[in-house]
Amino acid sequence: MSTDAPRAHAPSATRVYYVVFAVLLVCTYLTWQVAYFDLGRLNTVVALTIAGLKTTLVVWFFMHARSSPRLTLVIAFGGLLWLAILLALTAGDYLTR
Amino acid sequence: MPHATAMPAHHYLNDGYGIKSWLLTRDHKRIALLYLAGVTFFFFVGGAFAVLIRLELATPAGDLVTDETYNKLFTMHGVMMVFFFLIPAIPAVLGNFLVPIMIGAKDLAFPKLNLASWYIYIIGGLFTLWALINGGVDTGWTFYTPFSTVSSTTNVVPTALGIFITGFSSILTGLNFIVTMHKMRAPGMTWFRMPLFLWATYATSLINVLGTPVIAITIALVAVERVFHFGFFDPRLGGDPVLFQHLFWFYSHPAVYIMVLPAMGVVSELVAAGCRKEVFGYRFVAFASLAIAVLGFLVWGHHMFVAGESVYAAMIFSILSFLVAIPSAVKVFNWTATMYRGSVSWETPMLYAYGFIGLFTIGGLTGLFLASIAVDVHVTDTYFIIAHFHYIMVGGTIMGYLGGLHFWWPKISGRLYNEALAKISAGIIFIGFNLTFFPQFVLGYLGMPRRYHAYPPDFQVLNVLSSAGASILGVGYLIPMIYLMWSLRYGRAAGANPWGAVGLEWTTTSPPPTENFEKMPTVTWDPYDYPAIKNAEHRLV
Amino acid sequence: MSSHGSRALAHQFEDLDQQREVASLGMWLFLVTEVLFFGGLFLVYSIYRGWYPEAFAASSHELLVWAGTLNTVVLITSSLTMALAVHAAQTGHRRALIGLLLATMILGCAFLGVKAFEYRTEYLEHHIPGAAFQFEPEHFLHAQIFFSLYFIMTGLHAVHMIIGLGVMAVMVWMSWRGLITSEYYNPIEVSGLYWHFVDIVWIFLFPLLYLIGRHVH
Repeated sequence: MSTDAPRAHAPSATRVYYVVFAVLLVCTYLTWQVAYFDLGRLNTVVALTIAGLKTTLVVWFFMHARSSPRLTLVIAFGGLLWLAILLALTAGDYLTR
Repeated sequence: MPHATAMPAHHYLNDGYGIKSWLLTRDHKRIALLYLAGVTFFFFVGGAFAVLIRLELATPAGDLVTDETYNKLFTMHGVMMVFFFLIPAIPAVLGNFLVPIMIGAKDLAFPKLNLASWYIYIIGGLFTLWALINGGVDTGWTFYTPFSTVSSTTNVVPTALGIFITGFSSILTGLNFIVTMHKMRAPGMTWFRMPLFLWATYATSLINVLGTPVIAITIALVAVERVFHFGFFDPRLGGDPVLFQHLFWFYSHPAVYIMVLPAMGVVSELVAAGCRKEVFGYRFVAFASLAIAVLGFLVWGHHMFVAGESVYAAMIFSILSFLVAIPSAVKVFNWTATMYRGSVSWETPMLYAYGFIGLFTIGGLTGLFLASIAVDVHVTDTYFIIAHFHYIMVGGTIMGYLGGLHFWWPKISGRLYNEALAKISAGIIFIGFNLTFFPQFVLGYLGMPRRYHAYPPDFQVLNVLSSAGASILGVGYLIPMIYLMWSLRYGRAAGANPWGAVGLEWTTTSPPPTENFEKMPTVTWDPYDYPAIKNAEHRLV
Repeated sequence: MSSHGSRALAHQFEDLDQQREVASLGMWLFLVTEVLFFGGLFLVYSIYRGWYPEAFAASSHELLVWAGTLNTVVLITSSLTMALAVHAAQTGHRRALIGLLLATMILGCAFLGVKAFEYRTEYLEHHIPGAAFQFEPEHFLHAQIFFSLYFIMTGLHAVHMIIGLGVMAVMVWMSWRGLITSEYYNPIEVSGLYWHFVDIVWIFLFPLLYLIGRHVH
């Protein structure tokens, strides 16, 4: 079984982390500022979308999903899918009462 | 000239003596036996409550116990049986013992976590038991709000905490199994060479990992709401009791598949070994286990048809509930097809397997009646429901558990049990079970509500039949305790493969060495490769 | 390549690679259980936010946005230091590893400090549900649902942070004792996964709790 090469990391591998960090800070600023504009129902959509983007960045880069075996991605995705099932089918009841 | 089979000189049972070697073990096989002790204890506690329930129900008047006490009896019976026996039994006892051996590994991925899971189980169980003995709980094992959060005056919070704690045992065991099966299979042991018991255990572990956390947070919310008087589930404070039910059943429906899937896995093994034939449609059975696990998460609203969920939600849950029966039916068909033209035998494990197939079919078909909203509206909260789930949990799961226990007992203990007594017990259990629970279908259909201890005199005959059956069933469960314990000391040595069965577990000694195999195996054969067996050991008669 | 005779290799594994993959897989699965654990609370939140939008907005206004935003920045920074710590472990830089782990812990403590300040503020403003709760009469009942959720969700998150700090302390000790090498750094990797997860939970809690209807003044 071969190692997925941590030793192949050059020092520039950490640059990615700093870039992601900056993007996360920008997203946080955006989330905070957009909240002060009245977009109606879109406010929640935008907030959750930005949160989703931040999460994707953390998972993909900080949690090394991008260099993880496929099984890891399946597991992560499966967890989210199951949460979606809980939320969707329950909401389905509430929205149709 | 027959030679006496001898026990191996060194095996996991004599690899270290003394209480510390057991309580601090990391050997999955010893941990399985620790669980065996635990689940057996809690089974008899739950059974004791059942005895009191059936005694009370022998007469129409509520004369043995008060209303409040009766509420506590059925609650405690349910809590003990569901959380401390049915959910852990097969995975934690048979699963723990067999998973590493069946894949050709030395142990599970996380042995220390495995031991921790047992301690968590015991602590949660004892904590709950203390709550039950020290005043009891009367909410039903379903803890419906706002009764459980506001009005009940019993030990709801400690019971909730006990269940919360024990849930982590299931979660961690499931996690352990999933990682082990992905990463620690022996060379050549591909997914489709794994025995079907492992597919079933894998599917069960998925449910454990995905569902149990939700019941954990839900039961924690019940405790928090009760202590701090929050209003999530209290209509007077703006909450919705039905929200509790959504959260509760999101886990508790898949939980019934945690209970039955492992038993189905056992049955697949028993049918193959008992008919000396590969299981018909192996891949279909394997995928059916996964399908049950997935679909099982999509049907929880069928417990709430009359609770106030929307008609549209009810319809969707109803259709999905019909769908989930399909993979179960596939399994029953395939077991039957396996038996057809197989060399069918009648040893005790096989008797339990046949019993499972018949009784699970009845239980499962009555589930289809209940999936139909029009029928469910009439029989919900009646004895029809009780009969339905006992057919599956007792006629199904417990039969599967006992069948598996008997089948692998020689491997686990190195000894043979008394086959004649075992057959008699299986017969007593089968008769006692049907006498107990079949009348309950009729009672429910005729309208007798569940959770009532006083009923119209017209229902007495059926109730007496049921209570009589329960006493027979109780005897049937006690006898195996005796002969299995006896065999530990006095049973004949079993040898590596007393059944002449195919499987990695049968290639190692009985009992196995601590690291499971003298030499770690490389697998080149298919599961259930029966014609390939030459020189199979003498079959037990 | 793998080290069969390594001291760090547990007996049930063939080699360090298998052990590392197993550790990572185990932690990811555990995080899935955590998603569903917190998920139940997010469900309760979404139902009641749908039922009582005005009460939720009014309650959200009472939270300290600066504190929530500051805490978000603190946690994101701690995720950076954690990712850098894992990298330091991978490349065998023990002093950098310890320093970055300590930095992560300090940021974690800062988070908890701000949270404690917020809780104290909420206590003084009578926003803790119960006998002492005070709120405008129009939303009195439903605001308590918001605040119950607020305290439970942030409280559970804080408990996870505290556990995370405990884990980090153990990581610092292990690194200081030289138990972490560029060949065996599983504990740092899986601790990092856990820490990032706790950050992700907060990434969702922040807008959902602090930023409801902020455009209304």
